[in-house]
Amino acid sequence: MLSSRKAPWQMRLFTGSILVLWLILAAFPFLWTLWGSFKVELDFFSKEDWRSALTGPRTLVEYGSAYTGAGYDGAWVEEEFWRSALNTFIVCFFTVLISLTLGTLGGYALSRSTYNYTFWILIVALIFRAMPPITLVAGYLLPFFEWNLWGHLATSIIVLVAINQPFTLWMLHSFFSKIPKELDESAKVDGCTQFQAFRRVIIPVMWPGVITTGLFSFLLAYNDFAITSMLLSKENQTMIPKIASFLGTTQTEGNVMFAVAAVVSATVPLFILVMFFQRQIVSGLTAGAVKG
Amino acid sequence: MKLKKIALATALVTVSTVSWAACTINDRVNIIGNEFPAIHAVVDGAKACTGAEVKSNLTADHQKLNVAGMTGTPAEYTSAIIANSSIVALMNEDVIRPLDDLVAKHGQNIKKNQLITIDGKIMAVAFMANAQHLVYRADLLEKVGAQPPKTYEEMLEIAEKLRSEGVVQNPIGGAYAAGWNLAQEFNNMFLGYGGEFFESGSANPTVNSPAGVSALNMMKSLSAYMNPDFLTHDSNATNAEFRAGNVAMMNMWGSRAATLGTAEGVSQEVADGLAIAGPLMVGEGKTPASTLWWDGFTVSKNISDSEAEATFVAMANGIAPERMDDAMSPLAVWLIDGYEPTAQAQGVFEAVNMNTQPYPMLPYMGLMHTALGNELTDFMQGNESAEQALADAEAAYMAAAKEKGFL
Amino acid sequence: MFPTLVAMLLFIALPIVSVITQSVFTPHDAVLIETENCNPFGCKTETIIDQEATAQRRSEQPLGKFVGLDIYFDRGHLAINELSTAWEASESVGDFLDRLNNLPLYRALGFTLVFTFTVTPLMLAFGLLIALGVNSLHRHLKGLAIFFSLLPMIVSPLIGSLVLYWMIDSRGVIGSAIQWLFSDPDLSLKASTTLTWIMLIVYGVWHSAPFSFVVFYAGLQTVPQETLESARIDGASRWEQVRYVIIPHLMPLVTFVALIQLMDNFRVFEPIVGFRSEAHATSLSWFIFNDLSGETRQLSSASASSVLTIIGVAVLLAPVLVRTWKDFAAKRA
Repeated sequence: MLSSRKAPWQMRLFTGSILVLWLILAAFPFLWTLWGSFKVELDFFSKEDWRSALTGPRTLVEYGSAYTGAGYDGAWVEEEFWRSALNTFIVCFFTVLISLTLGTLGGYALSRSTYNYTFWILIVALIFRAMPPITLVAGYLLPFFEWNLWGHLATSIIVLVAINQPFTLWMLHSFFSKIPKELDESAKVDGCTQFQAFRRVIIPVMWPGVITTGLFSFLLAYNDFAITSMLLSKENQTMIPKIASFLGTTQTEGNVMFAVAAVVSATVPLFILVMFFQRQIVSGLTAGAVKG
Repeated sequence: MKLKKIALATALVTVSTVSWAACTINDRVNIIGNEFPAIHAVVDGAKACTGAEVKSNLTADHQKLNVAGMTGTPAEYTSAIIANSSIVALMNEDVIRPLDDLVAKHGQNIKKNQLITIDGKIMAVAFMANAQHLVYRADLLEKVGAQPPKTYEEMLEIAEKLRSEGVVQNPIGGAYAAGWNLAQEFNNMFLGYGGEFFESGSANPTVNSPAGVSALNMMKSLSAYMNPDFLTHDSNATNAEFRAGNVAMMNMWGSRAATLGTAEGVSQEVADGLAIAGPLMVGEGKTPASTLWWDGFTVSKNISDSEAEATFVAMANGIAPERMDDAMSPLAVWLIDGYEPTAQAQGVFEAVNMNTQPYPMLPYMGLMHTALGNELTDFMQGNESAEQALADAEAAYMAAAKEKGFL
Repeated sequence: MFPTLVAMLLFIALPIVSVITQSVFTPHDAVLIETENCNPFGCKTETIIDQEATAQRRSEQPLGKFVGLDIYFDRGHLAINELSTAWEASESVGDFLDRLNNLPLYRALGFTLVFTFTVTPLMLAFGLLIALGVNSLHRHLKGLAIFFSLLPMIVSPLIGSLVLYWMIDSRGVIGSAIQWLFSDPDLSLKASTTLTWIMLIVYGVWHSAPFSFVVFYAGLQTVPQETLESARIDGASRWEQVRYVIIPHLMPLVTFVALIQLMDNFRVFEPIVGFRSEAHATSLSWFIFNDLSGETRQLSSASASSVLTIIGVAVLLAPVLVRTWKDFAAKRA
């Protein structure tokens, strides 16, 4: 470990201060938004004095206290943000499930194959990922309407899985190539078929890599905007398009504080996720993409 | 004997059901439209109909979805709520049907001026109007002894007074955000100077004209009195500046003027000083520097006749004069019988009375609008001349029009 | 293997083929006629499309009019004609670049390239620095540091850029801080093109540094201790240790992260929408989005731009891919 030998104090001061600066930069916007979500729009977005966001004078005038839950009430109760939250969790759960199932099988097959086309499939997958999602979705709209597939959560799930497949495939392939081939060779010698070898021997060892890839897939599905905003109807929108809809249009007022409260609500589950899974993320990446 | 009794009973039940049900329909209805409170109110009225399912998808992204959603057979959506700019996309793709027969049969409560006729056929029924007009702070204008401006030249003079006397640093507000908003402000100013967008009868552009150059120069002069971030300010941001007391005069949508003073946390000073007037004139123009907009509903073409009838009946119920109550009235400037304009609606009424031009309903206007929105920012930032910017806009428009087959 | 391939084929390969097809066809020439239109505000003579005449053409050739590569070469894309006129007319390279900046695709390409080639190396360097720093922290602080460092990445780009947009306004907290820092009360990040570009690049690094951080940090856990020890014994300074032991060990990771980031930065889109900066900076993806979101949707134009984007990504990735191929071939040999 680099830390075993104590570095000279100047170096530690330097690294320490850069680190602290970075941590402040990383965390500050969210803490600020969290604080501001309990204020009124004219305080948080005050055009007169930015300190209003801290002290909340207009909130005081409007609600009698420097804090108000009006933004949360409006978003969750009035605009039924809880429905979008439910939709997001359904979409994410199934996207991750399907994506990992297909990706694990595919990644395993690719890593164990001895043909040259393995490389080309991976490259092609990468090029597929280069396609701007907007164009893809615009292309899907007409056929989806014609076949009555538009507006259902299932359609969005499948499109999200397909679009994220290249990344999932690439990551899982590199995990599986780190698991030594001897492991399944010996299983096969003991009489297992390829699939049994996979089930008995590989599955117990592959979890760190799978969890990490699953987390990245989850993030991609959770944070998606282009696809969910175009393929879902108002009733079953997920959280991110719903937040965008709170911002109003040219000719009508939106409600920005609902958007702020919704933004905070949407980010909290991610924080909790990262807090619990950060060790897995690191160990997964360590086990997979990085072993020499 | 028994049969007669049953027949009589059935007849009685049917008659009584018909007489006290407000609205019955016998086939599905699915509406797509924009997302504002006024449209929600109309769609709620449509949903009050019984007898079949009435669904709706009201979203700000409706223009991305409506053409695709109305193209299939049968179309997913049976009705689209649109405005004079968005009906063009539906007409170009031929996905809406004429409503003459339906209006004759069910449209007793619809006034003559609500009917949108194109080439002699009724293609849509409008129910509300909107326009951009002057919104200002009467108290601040009083401080410098100025009367509310009737022309943009007067607005510039008042702005200079407000700034030099230290009342307000950036007295003028404007939704000059690059893209759709900037182009819309140009459209307003251009029409105010009497400009013509296209040669009559063809898609050839004529924006690079003296009227266009004057319009751009006026916008530049106005922007000198605006917050320097004006190229990122859409209607939301402009309203926020007004509410914070940083703006004294602006050209704002009537639909937004209504709630300017009543939002959470607006100071008493701003709420009291808020005043509304009609649109401004500019230069030697004969019509105001603004555009009139209507919102209305259409009926899809690719659906069965009974679906079309059900849709029309449901939508007609949504805009029925009986529904105009205290909750619905303040939501928009309605064109419906029995609507009494509120104080906030005066601006739009003035716009109508001053013969403001409606936003052009041409198949290729959208392309021009987008081209203007992209190319005018260079001029507003001072990077190129007005003629160059307009020439660029025309070139961009022509490339797009050639692609779509208009040129 | 099969289900994955089918899913990818159906949802990515097919649409790509359909997009390429769409980019060489345009809607048929419209037949325009003049008619009398009436609305709530009066009657007027206006032009509309003659549907019967156009419908006839559409039924004969449903895909549209074949135009070959015309769309690719028109003013809205590669602008071949305008380029040659500009080349002949300009007096210097600077003049030529100015004229180039007038053409929408090149304007978008300019920003996209600058963004990609500034953000990618910066986030790699920054990520490594943070990883080294966190690695040297005390055990108990590590978890907290990792958690905070991951935050900018896990939030949706749309939301992240919206939050920052609210803060950098000249009256917002970061805007005021910057004004105080530079002692310029009129400084506004949104009013100048250069500052907007810098702001977007800073956002890009802020958002993607956590990804390279977490990958490099994982890599640091597997640095072979013996090599490090022997280097130390040989008297290597810290900097030399990093340069000769750690960085070579992390090279495959650098390739992986660079690959993903080059591709993602080239397709930058959400920050431009979130920061409302289209007056100062546009990107290729934004350009496509703009074509699709107007009142009259330009599908052929968007398709052509998409194909150009894919070609652009392929060109960009070529060196990295060559290197990956060499690694791959070496491993199998």
